[in-house]
Amino acid sequence: MIPPEFEYHRPETIDQALVLLTQHGEEAKILAGGHSLLPLMKLRFAEPAHLVDLNFIESLRGIKESNGLIEIAAMTTESQLITSPLLLDKCPLIPDAASQIADPQVRSRGTIGGDIVHADPGNDHPAIMLALEASFVILGSNGERIVPASGFFLGAFDTQLEENEILKAIQVPVSVAGSGHAYCKLKRKTGDFATAASAVSLVVEGGVCKKINIALTNVGATALKAEAAESILTGQTLSDLLMEKAVEKAMAICDPAEDLRGDREYKIHMAGEMTRRAIREAFAKATGGG
Amino acid sequence: MAKKHISFTLNRQNIDVLVEPRELLIHVIREQLQKTGSHIGCETSHCGACTLDLNGQSVKACTVLAVQAEGGEVLTVEGLLQNDKLHPLQEAFMQEHGLQCGFCTPGMLMRAYRFLQENPQPTEAEIRSGMAGNLCRCTGYQNIIKAVQTAAKNMASA
Ligand SMILES: Cc1cc2nc3c(=O)[nH]c(=O)nc-3n(C[C@H](O)[C@H](O)[C@H](O)COP(=O)(O)OP(=O)(O)OC[C@H]3O[C@@H](n4cnc5c(N)ncnc54)[C@H](O)[C@@H]3O)c2cc1C
Ligand code: FES
Ligand code: FES
Repeated sequence: MIPPEFEYHRPETIDQALVLLTQHGEEAKILAGGHSLLPLMKLRFAEPAHLVDLNFIESLRGIKESNGLIEIAAMTTESQLITSPLLLDKCPLIPDAASQIADPQVRSRGTIGGDIVHADPGNDHPAIMLALEASFVILGSNGERIVPASGFFLGAFDTQLEENEILKAIQVPVSVAGSGHAYCKLKRKTGDFATAASAVSLVVEGGVCKKINIALTNVGATALKAEAAESILTGQTLSDLLMEKAVEKAMAICDPAEDLRGDREYKIHMAGEMTRRAIREAFAKATGGG
Repeated sequence: MAKKHISFTLNRQNIDVLVEPRELLIHVIREQLQKTGSHIGCETSHCGACTLDLNGQSVKACTVLAVQAEGGEVLTVEGLLQNDKLHPLQEAFMQEHGLQCGFCTPGMLMRAYRFLQENPQPTEAEIRSGMAGNLCRCTGYQNIIKAVQTAAKNMASA
């Protein structure tokens, strides 16, 4: 399988990339890790006349911290996320989730930016971004704007990113004392997308859950923020009863499509189970038991 | 579409080749450059048979464009042999019977080659997750894992 014909561009700066994208308009597509786009092109689901390869723009790679925010450049690969000492120390949910994506070879090419912008319901980073209250630094020919992850995902393969804009970086807050995170993902085998998955990020103070974010993968057209479930647990000490109520609320927002991974009922049930496990694991980590 | 001249090193030798932008790296290496060690199993980035080393990383060459290798360093299974000597991984795959039909073997070797540089003293569990992008339909993996363990041991004491 060979992709259809296109012209290949290899800009070395973001400005050059923006010029190319503006020049070629809707005929152009950005090439990041290529592990979603090239398969789509082989199948003729995407037939861009121009590919703008971002792999050779140095400023689009790397992870740094300033003013309580961690900024991850969009072309940072999954392997780089997994091995980043800064993330492992100050935002461990991202390396944890990245290590559950695909396999080592795919992770040496696939980028965090591509995983977010592609916005396949099965992509894992969108839920992680919701759970971490991330923001996206987006660059267009009219300059830069910062968009919160909440509200960014509009539908399957659809986001607030406008045509020919570049996702430049992802900003996430440094995790505070008493915080715990978990990403529980059910998959049939290595390299498979989630049957269902749940991301939890919470803060516990004196046994009380001060704050909790719960987001689900692959049980709806986009990653879903389980807000009703969060409200059940916020300000409370964790009990079996509250846990079950929260899990029920999380399951209530699921609207998965039936496919080879399972029917709707099974997937919703599994989203509940992943949420239960993720809350427990995150709680244990926050209280030093993990 | 206009073809492009690209150059890169393939197994430490400079290569200059004319490719269409849409050509995949695996096709250029196998068909134009006649290095048929790297195999094509699925062509959809699932099986790992096409795994090779690009700029110090394991990649599935069926999901990389040849033009993206421009200026880079590519190592395939043919490059494991140096000065007529097999690589310790190749020795270990022979010794441990780490293959049956051999179709997956070049990909396994190239992934193991990079993996042991990332993690020279891996546990069995680490080998299994490090090699998770490579499928084998024959061996049941046991002897492949053993071969990687043996190679790690031999390389450490070498
Ligand atoms: C075998 C296999 C298993 C996989 N399993 C998983 C999995 O379990 N979980 C998961 O989340 N993913 C999985 N993936 C998908 C993989 O993670 C992709 O790498 C990812 O979805 C897309 O990232 P990319 O960098 O490869 O982007 P590309 O494929 O290059 O691009 C994807 C899309 O995003 C656009 N884009 C990319 N970067 C930018 C940017 N910076 N600004 C604007 N637009 C941009 C592109 O134009 C394109 O439309 C799997 C892929 C394979 C092949
Ligand atoms: S041929 Fe490339 S992964 Fe199967
Ligand atoms: S030895 Fe036959 S596929 Fe692995």
